[in-house]
Amino acid sequence: MTVQMIKDHLGLEVLTAGDLSREVTGCYCGDLLSWVMGKAREGDCWLTVMGNINAVAVAVLTDCACIVLTEHAALDEAAKLRAEQQGVTILTTDESAYALAVRLSAVIA
Amino acid sequence: MDSIKLHYDISATDFTRAGAASGDVKRTLKELGVAPSTIRNVAVAMYEGEINMVIHAGGGVIDVEITEDAIKMVLADQGPGIENVELAMKEGFSTAPDNIRCLGFGAGMGLPNIKKYTDEFQLDTEVGVGTTLTLKVYMKP
Ligand SMILES: Nc1ncnc2c1ncn2[C@@H]1O[C@H](COP(=O)(O)OP(=O)(O)O)[C@@H](O)[C@H]1O
Ligand SMILES: [Mg+2]
Repeated sequence: MTVQMIKDHLGLEVLTAGDLSREVTGCYCGDLLSWVMGKAREGDCWLTVMGNINAVAVAVLTDCACIVLTEHAALDEAAKLRAEQQGVTILTTDESAYALAVRLSAVIA
Repeated sequence: MDSIKLHYDISATDFTRAGAASGDVKRTLKELGVAPSTIRNVAVAMYEGEINMVIHAGGGVIDVEITEDAIKMVLADQGPGIENVELAMKEGFSTAPDNIRCLGFGAGMGLPNIKKYTDEFQLDTEVGVGTTLTLKVYMKP
């Protein structure tokens, strides 16, 4: 399932578009960057409320497929710019991480 | 292969650039065709080290040497040093202030992550003098 398909299936909104044809192979939920850094895997869809420039760096270094900002958490202007430069896809939803993860598990299982 | 040497100056409290050095090393290793798991280990260790320098030590320097069988990283700063290394190595221990925690840092997982993701880990520190991390990640086929 690609990022584009996940976006369409779950009704997510695109804030920055990287490679939407990337395959999503898993999911990680978390806001503490060192936890995410140590635990998230390549190809994960990362659900977080952390919309700052450091989150973008973590997404790049862990090779996440995309970031989803849950509960419409704010995306900093600097983070948006950096994500665009680095080709990181950031999506947004009004749902909580739990609610979205439950729906996501049904489509990537 | 000749060894490749990279050098980075990490400036104090510049969070917007934090991750640039690790990102650059990651790119270099990718171009060299290094195994993804090896790249990931290097990226995690270096990013955490970079962030620690920015948050806790007022910046520092990083030297990376890539050889046929390993990636060696030396992260040196002249910050306050670490008083109790055993405590600092514990998962969850952090002296990061609230404004740093709001950015998502200060989970106290940095040093434990660095140790977990490297094959060789050496921490030399002296209060009032600084901290040097010497790390090695072996190349996996
Ligand atoms: N380069 C450094 N200089 C001084 N103190 C450091 C340095 N790196 C780590 N520390 C100390 O060790 C603690 C634990 O570090 P770490 O595990 O990375 O957690 P965190 O950075 O989230 O606080 C820090 O809170 C800090 O007190
Ligand atoms: Mg740290």
